[in-house]
Amino acid sequence: MVSEKEIWQLLEQVSDPEIPVLTVVDLGVVRTVEWIDNEYVITITPTYSGCPAMQYIEKGIAEVLTDKGFDFKIVTTLSPAWTTDWLTKEGREKLNKYGIAPPVDEGDKSVLFGPPIVVPCPLCGSENTKMISQFGSTACKAHWQCKDCLEPFDYFKCLR
Amino acid sequence: MEINKQDALFEFVLRIADDSLILGHRISEWCGHGPILEEDIALTNIALDFVGQATNFYDYAAKVEGKCRTADDLAFLRFEREYKNVLLVEQPNGHFGDTIARQFFFDVFRKLFFEELAKSTDEELAGIAEKSLLETKYHLRHSSEWMIRLGDGTEESHAKIQESVDTLWRYTGELFFSNEVDALLLNEKIGVDIAALKRPWEKQVREILGEATIEIPAHAWQQAGGRTGVHSEHLGYLLTELQYMQRAYPGMEW
Ligand SMILES: [Zn+2]
Repeated sequence: MVSEKEIWQLLEQVSDPEIPVLTVVDLGVVRTVEWIDNEYVITITPTYSGCPAMQYIEKGIAEVLTDKGFDFKIVTTLSPAWTTDWLTKEGREKLNKYGIAPPVDEGDKSVLFGPPIVVPCPLCGSENTKMISQFGSTACKAHWQCKDCLEPFDYFKCLR
Repeated sequence: MEINKQDALFEFVLRIADDSLILGHRISEWCGHGPILEEDIALTNIALDFVGQATNFYDYAAKVEGKCRTADDLAFLRFEREYKNVLLVEQPNGHFGDTIARQFFFDVFRKLFFEELAKSTDEELAGIAEKSLLETKYHLRHSSEWMIRLGDGTEESHAKIQESVDTLWRYTGELFFSNEVDALLLNEKIGVDIAALKRPWEKQVREILGEATIEIPAHAWQQAGGRTGVHSEHLGYLLTELQYMQRAYPGMEW
């Protein structure tokens, strides 16, 4: 038996298949690591209900733990629901460097006529940007464009 | 009719799951056919959310039923009369405005419904509702924005979306269907007081339609049947496509 901290470190080798710069720990989908009844119980939570990456993430976690010969069980939980608040600070920095704008506080998603949000361009830093579509290349992203450098970019949208 | 708690819960969860699956399948039919690329992607993403939510609800329904059926069995191996989705969600996509109007009516309902279900004493249901609600807020904003854009848009878009609303209005009443299943579960603090959602639904729908300069149809005739398994002709065709693989190659896996 090793410490739970070592298991967490091991999990940092597992990256998100759709955003490979992020590990499952950065993403906040690993909720807990516990030692229960002679095995490690890894509790994970999906980002979006239909996120196809979850199966790969589960497989990836199983692989690194099997490689090291650990006994483990992976449990999925829905509550409390994953929100973008679970993204770590390191994760946000990695996203920005990778060219994906990290989530900004958007308030209540159901408010139609709220004030527009400001998403700085991850490429040039300009705040003069506009949303092209609320839905992007994956469930977790929206499609934006910078009005200064004119480059399109992905925005990891706020979910809460 | 006497109904026990387990049967009631199974039926209740199945209704939510069927609404999600059938609407998710309908929206997925837009994949590759969207009016613009961004919209194609948006609709496909929304479809994915619905199918994901359906999976969670079917998983739970299968567990509640306790007859060794799986989520896949429930999704792919039931007959038309066993589906309990509302008629609204099985209506054909029609043109883009028809799809948006159908989605808008349903999204307003779904948000109110999940807000209540998230308070259920059934932790598993509350958990799925809480998760789904976050996604539903995005869907609602998407469909509301399009209602306004189409209604308050050109003469042609206005006429088309008004017609969509006129046609689909008759299926909105069934969203608030409830029977002894709901009564029993409401009593157990598991279910939702669905009838109580009608007022806030109407208020929100009126608000957006007002903004969109769309009139609410004067006719009050409402069509129902889906919740009791009596569907429009459209569901059979949809299921034929949805179930094709499992019917042609029973038990096949990817
Ligand atoms: Zn820029």
